[in-house]
Amino acid sequence: MTPLVELRNISIAFGGIKAVDRVTVDLFPGEVVGLLGHNGAGKSTLIKCLSGAYQKDTGDIFIDGERVEIRNPRDARALNIETIYQTLALADNLDAASNLFLGRELTTRFGFVDDAAMEAETRRIMGRLNPNFAKFKTPVKALSGGQRQSVAIARAVYFNARILIMDEPTAALGPQETQMVAELIQELKAQGLGIFLIEHDIHNVMKLCDRASVMKNGQLVGTVNVAEVTDEDILGMIILGKMPERRGA
Amino acid sequence: MTDAASASPKAPRRSLLQSLEIDTRLLGMIGAFVALCLVFNMFTDGRFLTPRNIFNLSIQTVSVAIMATGMVFVIVTRHIDLSVGALLATCSAVMGVMQVWILPQTLGLGIGHPLIAPATMIAGMATGALIGAFNGWLIGYQRIPAFIVTLGGLLVWRNVGWYLTDGQTVGPLDSTFMLFGGIEGTLGEPLSWALGAAASIAAIWALWRARADKVRHGFPVKPVWAEAVMASLAAAAILGFVAVLNAYQVPAARLRRDFAARGEVMPEGYTEAFGLPISVLILVVVAVAMTVLARRTRLGRYIFAAGGNPDAAELSGINTRMLTVKVFALMGFLCGLSAIIAQARLQNHTNDIGTLDELRVIAAAVIGGTALSGGVGTIYGAILGAIIMQSLQSGMAMVGVDAPFQNIVVGLVLVLAVWIDIQYRKRTGEKS
Repeated sequence: MTPLVELRNISIAFGGIKAVDRVTVDLFPGEVVGLLGHNGAGKSTLIKCLSGAYQKDTGDIFIDGERVEIRNPRDARALNIETIYQTLALADNLDAASNLFLGRELTTRFGFVDDAAMEAETRRIMGRLNPNFAKFKTPVKALSGGQRQSVAIARAVYFNARILIMDEPTAALGPQETQMVAELIQELKAQGLGIFLIEHDIHNVMKLCDRASVMKNGQLVGTVNVAEVTDEDILGMIILGKMPERRGA
Repeated sequence: MTDAASASPKAPRRSLLQSLEIDTRLLGMIGAFVALCLVFNMFTDGRFLTPRNIFNLSIQTVSVAIMATGMVFVIVTRHIDLSVGALLATCSAVMGVMQVWILPQTLGLGIGHPLIAPATMIAGMATGALIGAFNGWLIGYQRIPAFIVTLGGLLVWRNVGWYLTDGQTVGPLDSTFMLFGGIEGTLGEPLSWALGAAASIAAIWALWRARADKVRHGFPVKPVWAEAVMASLAAAAILGFVAVLNAYQVPAARLRRDFAARGEVMPEGYTEAFGLPISVLILVVVAVAMTVLARRTRLGRYIFAAGGNPDAAELSGINTRMLTVKVFALMGFLCGLSAIIAQARLQNHTNDIGTLDELRVIAAAVIGGTALSGGVGTIYGAILGAIIMQSLQSGMAMVGVDAPFQNIVVGLVLVLAVWIDIQYRKRTGEKS
C-alpha cells in the first residue's frame, strides 16, 4: 500500500544549526501518527515543510507516491493538506466566518464575497463541531480559547482535507473540549483522513495515535506501533533518544 | 459590530441604539462634528453654516478625503505612507506639463482639444499608481519598512515634481480639466436633485437588499421600524446635503458674464444655483467604491486579515507581498486622482501643491478611527475625519484665530482624538 504522505530524508538548517536532520516519516490513509519530542526537537519545523510555512533544504515529499514541491501554504492547500497551528493562525479582528473561509471566500455571481452564505455555512459546521458556539458576529479575539480552537478546527476540516496536521490541538483546552477534539479525530480517521498529531501528552498519544514517531535534537529516534509499546518505552525514546529494548534498533 | 450589544446576546430589552444597530463610534464622531459646527457658527455670527461656506468646505475637503480612504487600507495593513503629498505633487506636475506644454504644443493638438483633459488625467493617475506600486514592491518584496520607503519618497517625489516643471507655476489649465476643481464644475439644481433622489433610492435599496439576504438565511434582523428609521435618516442626509448646495446661488455678476459670453442678455430676476460640484461627486463615488472594496471583495477581506494577523493571512494562502503592492498602488492611484482635483481647484500647478498633505491625510484616517496597530478602520470614518479637520481649520481661520494657534489646535485635536479612541476601545473591551 502506498503511503498517503512520505517525508523522506528531510533536512532544514537555520544559520548552521540543523533543526531537522535527514528525517523520514510516513502516514497512511485513516491513520493517526503522533510526532513526539522535547521542545526544540524539530517536530514543528519538520511539519511546517509539509504545510508550506517553511521550505526544506534537502529531501523529498511524496503524496500518494508522487513527488511534490510545496513552496508555500497555497501549494499545500492545493494538495488538500490542512494545518491547525499551535498559534491557531486566526485573524483576530475578523469574525468566525471570515476566518473559516479566509483565502477561500464564497462569492456571489458578481464576484463579491457572500457573507450571508459564509455565515450560514459556518453556523452549519459549528452546529456539528461545537453546538454551544453562538458568537458568529464578534471578532474572534473576543472568543474563549476553546471557541477559537473550534474555529481553527472547522477551517481545517471544512474543505475536504485528506491530510491533516494538528500542532498540539488540545494544549489550551479544558477537559470537555479536549474530549471533543478526541472524538473529532476518531471521526476524521474513520473518514480515511491521514493525521499528523504533534502532542506532548503521552496519554493522548496512547489513546489517539496508531503510530508514534519520536524526534530528538533534529533527528528521528524511531517510529513505533503504539499498540506494541508502553508509556515508559515512549518516554525513554523522548528523553534518552533510544528505541525500546525488545524491538532492537 | 463592536458595540456593547455583543457582550450580552439576546438581551430582552434593547436600547434604541442597539435596535438601530448604529456604530457608537460613528455617532460620537458625528456628535463632535455637529458640536464643532455649532460653536464656529456661534463665534462667526452665523457665517459658518451658510450654504456658501458649506459649499466651500466641501470642495476644500475632497482632495484630502480621497487620499484618506486609501490611507485607511495602508494603515490597516500596518504600514504608513508619508509620501502622499509629494506623490500628489509629482502627479500634478506630470499633468500640468502634459496639458500645458506637451499635448497642445509638442504634440500639436492645440489649446482646448477635447483629448487633452482625458489624456492628462489618465497620465496623472497612471503615474500615481506606478509610483505607488513601486513603493509597495520595495516594502512588500524587499522588506524595507514603509516608514523609510515613504519618508525617502517624500523627498524624492516632491523634488521630481519640482524638476519636471523647473519649479514654475504651470498654467493656464485646460478648460475641461478645470471642471473637476469644484466651483468651475457644478451640476446645477435639477441634476443635483435628480442625483440626490437616485442616491437616496440606492441607499434604501441597499438596506432592503441586506435585510432580504439575512431573511433568506434565517438570520435575526432589525425590527422593521428600525430599518425605516435608518432609511429615512440616510435619505434625509443625502437630500439635505443636496438642498444646502442647491441653496448656494451663483452670483449675479457671474451669471451676467456667462450670458454675455453666449451673446444673450440675462432676463430680469434670473437665478441659478451651483448645486453638487463634480469633485464632491467624485469623492462620493470613491467612498462607495472603496467601501464596497473593503467589505464585499476578497481583496478587502485580505487587507483586513493581513492587518489583523499577517502570519495567519500568509498561512491562509494569501500572497501578502503582492497585497502590499496592490494597497500602495491603490494609494498612488488615489493620489493621482486627488492631484486632478487639487490642481483644478487651484487653477494651476504650483510647486508647493500638496505640501503637508501627508499629515492631513494620516490625521483624517486616524481621527476617523483607523488603528495604527492595524486591522481596524473604516472608509466613512476617514472621510468624516477629513471633514472634521477641514472644518476645524477653516472655522478657526473664519473666527480669526492666529495662524500658529490654528496649527497648535489641529495638532492637539489629533492627539486627543487618538486618546479618546484608546479609551473607547478599552471601554468596549476591544484591544487597540
